[in-house]
Amino acid sequence: MKAKVFVSYRDGVLDPQGQTIYEVLKQHGHDSIHSIRVGKMIEIDLDDMDTNQAKALLEEISDKMLANPITETFRIELP
Amino acid sequence: MKVAVVTFPGSNCDRDCIYVMRDIFSCEVHNVFHKEASLCDCDAVIIPGGFSYGDYLRAGALAKYSPVMKAIQQFAKQGGLVIGICNGFQILCEVGLLPGALVRNRNVRFISRNVELRVENTETAFTSAYEQEQLLWIPIAHAEGNYVADDKTIEELESSGRVVFRYTGPKRQDVPDGNPNGSINSIAGIINEQGNVLGMMPHPERASDERIGSTDGLGVFRSMITSLQQDASYAALTV
Repeated sequence: MKAKVFVSYRDGVLDPQGQTIYEVLKQHGHDSIHSIRVGKMIEIDLDDMDTNQAKALLEEISDKMLANPITETFRIELP
Repeated sequence: MKVAVVTFPGSNCDRDCIYVMRDIFSCEVHNVFHKEASLCDCDAVIIPGGFSYGDYLRAGALAKYSPVMKAIQQFAKQGGLVIGICNGFQILCEVGLLPGALVRNRNVRFISRNVELRVENTETAFTSAYEQEQLLWIPIAHAEGNYVADDKTIEELESSGRVVFRYTGPKRQDVPDGNPNGSINSIAGIINEQGNVLGMMPHPERASDERIGSTDGLGVFRSMITSLQQDASYAALTV
């Protein structure tokens, strides 16, 4: 099965990449855009298993490795 | 005096640290590869700068899982002196030996230049060779040196003298406050609650030989050696 983990900065953590992209878009006249935050999307191919079991596994690796809980949050997407 | 200098894939300041400890301070140096599960017997551990695992995922995030890190965590728990420089600081935060995290520099750039640091606390095992509020001229070289932590942690660090080094300059047009990377309260280096683990972004090992411009970093290593000689509780630990 294939899963995705989305890692993003917590609110309040400075995201200079997002800020820079936002400023360039603004300079190009995109006034309708209010903010940009850049994160990571991690694709994971794993054994077929029960959804709850997969969720538990992905939560564990996300919490311990894929995201730093001090600065980031994560969201898991399962099929 | 035996010092372990750890090498991860991508470490690039390990040889500088070995040079300083072996050639300048005449210490016995063990260069420990990250796959080793033991530090052998040593008095202090240096986690050098560089780009462990190419900084993939986050700086220090993958080095956390190297076998040697378990031994270092145990060594630190037993009171052994551990210093993490630059990438070493990032690794110490990732494993939780130090609080907080280091995120992208405020200006989004890799910054490689000398900065002015102020010694904020000389009553530590890493700073006793300095004068209080002494100003140091030491290089930084990092893209993720912007120290962040929650308000409570910052308050704790500040009120207990655990902010050991702070950026003070040079003040430039792009850095009017002399804080090159945007760290909260211009924090450049902190110690843990027990005082035996230091993390700092600036590179004292690159400011330890007159031939390369500054010897202001020597005090960090000299302080460690003095602590080890004076304090029996820092006697060699076998981990």
